[in-house]
Amino acid sequence: MLTEKETQEINAELAHCATKASASVEALNIVQRHRGWVSDEAVRGVAAMLDMTPDELDAVATFYSFIFRKPVGRHVILICDSISCWVMGYHPLLDLLETRFGITFGGTTEDKRFTLLPISCLGACDRAPALMVDDDLYGPVSPEIMDDILQKYE
Amino acid sequence: MEQPLTKNIRPGQLPLPLKEYEKTGGYQAVRKALAISPLDVQNIVKASNLRGRGGAGFPTGMKWSFVPMGDKSPRPKYLIVNADEMEPGTFKDRLLLEGDPHQIIEGIIISAFAIEAEQAFIFVRWAYKLAVKRLERAIAEAYQNNYLGKNILGSGYNLDLRIHGSAGRYICGEETALLNALEGKRATPRAKPPFPQVCGLFGKPTIVNNAETIANMPHIVDNGAEWFKGLSKSTDSGTKLYGVSGKVKKPGVWELPMGVTIRELIEEHAGGMLDGYQFRGVIPGGASTDFLVKDHLDVKMDFDSVMKAGSRLGTATMIVLDDKTCPVGFSHNLIKFFARESCGWCTPCREGLPWLEKMLHAIENGHGEHGDVDILTQQCKLLGPGNTYCALAPGAVEPLQSAIKYFGEDFQRHIREKRCPWKHDDFIANIQRT
Repeated sequence: MLTEKETQEINAELAHCATKASASVEALNIVQRHRGWVSDEAVRGVAAMLDMTPDELDAVATFYSFIFRKPVGRHVILICDSISCWVMGYHPLLDLLETRFGITFGGTTEDKRFTLLPISCLGACDRAPALMVDDDLYGPVSPEIMDDILQKYE
Repeated sequence: MEQPLTKNIRPGQLPLPLKEYEKTGGYQAVRKALAISPLDVQNIVKASNLRGRGGAGFPTGMKWSFVPMGDKSPRPKYLIVNADEMEPGTFKDRLLLEGDPHQIIEGIIISAFAIEAEQAFIFVRWAYKLAVKRLERAIAEAYQNNYLGKNILGSGYNLDLRIHGSAGRYICGEETALLNALEGKRATPRAKPPFPQVCGLFGKPTIVNNAETIANMPHIVDNGAEWFKGLSKSTDSGTKLYGVSGKVKKPGVWELPMGVTIRELIEEHAGGMLDGYQFRGVIPGGASTDFLVKDHLDVKMDFDSVMKAGSRLGTATMIVLDDKTCPVGFSHNLIKFFARESCGWCTPCREGLPWLEKMLHAIENGHGEHGDVDILTQQCKLLGPGNTYCALAPGAVEPLQSAIKYFGEDFQRHIREKRCPWKHDDFIANIQRT
């Protein structure tokens, strides 16, 4: 079931859309903003609002890298692993996080604080290596300043 | 030196609000455009010889001219700004979106008017959160001041503008995949023809233009086609946002006359290579362009000159390969990106890119075999132009085929010595893990 707030926000989106299905990505984003991820149940709820079958909507949801169909931690760390960040060295950052939290790409810490994921080029190549935590962009990031960044996210 | 696109952008500061933007001459071009006819606007842009800044360099005025015009044309018509910047090594549109959102909006109004579109979208990359926030604020201001909405400035012209935030996938930057994304479908490319100009979003005439292309419109309409041509040092008109990243002293993005050389960009603007590193090669226009090497340092960075040198201007944001970075590892990183971002719609791309990725990973980690480079070369041909639905796979193999051409001995040495000559053993262990 969708919450009243989610339903309201999706309806507001639908008011601007030429077809119901064209609201699908934004509707999924809305659910994810509220819950952190998109469950099977949420897919069914959104699909019903958009006159789509759950499978049609899931085909859209699973196409995108940042619609999470599995639970994630309270914060998501996205490490850019594309070319400029590779040249400038994202590996020391990844090593540090892997060692510190005992997780690798795709993993979530036991306390559910962080999920660690790779992201394709962040468009911050002049600030490489770059990463995002939730909606915030950081770069250039060195292992030395990683603690200062992470402590903002509990 | 004139820098029309970036004159209002102050690094580290908020973008100009509407009233400040107007004081710099902002929104005057909209008034000029609305006072003439859509076809007049098209003709100015055609005469300016502006070529699309998304990478392909197609003449913008010509693209617009394919849109059916007049009372009998299908409605609604759509203008879409492609701001889904995700080409590895590219960070130019971010500057324009975050730095001067009103310039983008003004460019949208002019462009939409020129093709008689009543609905416009800005398709912004999922990760560009700050850009979306700033655009939202600027769009609200534009509506309040009747630059958007009904009967704009009393002209009788109506235009709505919406932001689409996407959810992160490289292929959405492909023109026809972007249309499917906006329709709420899986963002796979469409077969062409029909071309979007005639049959695009929801089957209606649609123009998709890159954000930098759109940002040029206010200045072209304000100052005229001849002025725009005069900005350039080459046969391609205007200024261009150029970027350099990699092991250089001052990586960055700059607005410069079209046609500066690769050497000027790296040595003057980017401050040269970091101490202890030598230049070895460069991919001049983002991840899907062929390598150029030392012999090409004096090539002008315009569409025709880079093409003649064997590569493409692409997004004009270059990534430098230095002498302490492994060209095989470099190529592997690029192919890994393309394999991951392949939409899976057509077989050569879906199957071929992961195969290339595995082979390059093996070579980089000392498991390459005799004959591997021949297979790579053959695959580059099979994944090249004409065999796939869209330009993703042909673009993906451009840097690889040219890496083999210029750094072939490095590939062979990996295979012969069964190791990467650039890395210590513990470093290799790390690479293998990820």
